[in-house]
Amino acid sequence: MPKIAIVKFPGTNCDEDVKHVLVNVVGLEAEIVWYKEFSVNKWDAIILPGGFSYGDWLRAGAIAARTQAVDELVEARDRGVPVLGICNGFQILVEAGLLPGALLYNDVGRFVCKWIRTVVERPRGPWLALVRDGQVLDMPVAHAEGRYYVDEETYISTLLKSPVLKYLQGFNPNGSIHNVAGVGSEDGVVFGLMPHPERASEELLVPRGFSPGGRVIFESIAHSLKRGW
Amino acid sequence: MSTHLVEVIITSKAGVRDPEGETIHKHLILKKGYSAITSVRTGKYLLMTVNTNSAEEALKIVKEACEKLRIYNPIVHDIEVRLRA
Repeated sequence: MPKIAIVKFPGTNCDEDVKHVLVNVVGLEAEIVWYKEFSVNKWDAIILPGGFSYGDWLRAGAIAARTQAVDELVEARDRGVPVLGICNGFQILVEAGLLPGALLYNDVGRFVCKWIRTVVERPRGPWLALVRDGQVLDMPVAHAEGRYYVDEETYISTLLKSPVLKYLQGFNPNGSIHNVAGVGSEDGVVFGLMPHPERASEELLVPRGFSPGGRVIFESIAHSLKRGW
Repeated sequence: MSTHLVEVIITSKAGVRDPEGETIHKHLILKKGYSAITSVRTGKYLLMTVNTNSAEEALKIVKEACEKLRIYNPIVHDIEVRLRA
């Protein structure tokens, strides 16, 4: 049975939600691992969940990105071990340079918590294995520093060749450039997104007019790992 | 060995929008008639106390720390490192 590590930093608070979905919704084995005890070689996939690591001090994710645990993720990536960053986890991956761009304060100047609609472009890799190109995924966002920024040159040279998640027209909650909500490495082994798929994996948690769009991400990793990613 | 105070000022690069600065400018400064002020950029300020033999060395150490530890994010930020007057 493949095992997934959910890495917990001081201030991480979505670890239990992610574990619940992995174990109870898609039937994987998962363990919450304290960042000091984390070592990359024990795991088949790694998730950095959301929260407020180190109180978002300096910049969201900036301090966690300089820990030994995140240094080791470079090794994971090089060996093809799937890595997913959700919300603060995405901020950490971007700060660590594992994914391109930067995440700035929302253009509305405050924390935003609401359901939004996204579309997947160029799905690839273990986290999006069951997603169709152009598939619409509904999920909630909950963040203050989620305005994705990347210079135009990098957008063209990197993002247009990589799996990207975009807010649909009218759903961009933070002023992200090109409506970017999430981005992967070119092969999709490393993926990060601001919306919370773990809060959109069960019908019970979904408001009227939306559907549980996060579930397919966890189903994808279950599918990929069981087929021996 | 002496003590030096080194200031680190981090601001968004030109071209990266700064909603807080824009709001202060538009809704406070211009509204109260200070039209000579044409823009406001917000940022982060760090004051570091450094023990070194010289001021040059203090600046060098702080600059190195800012680069290596990514105290600022070169993708979106400009940084100014200077001795406190």
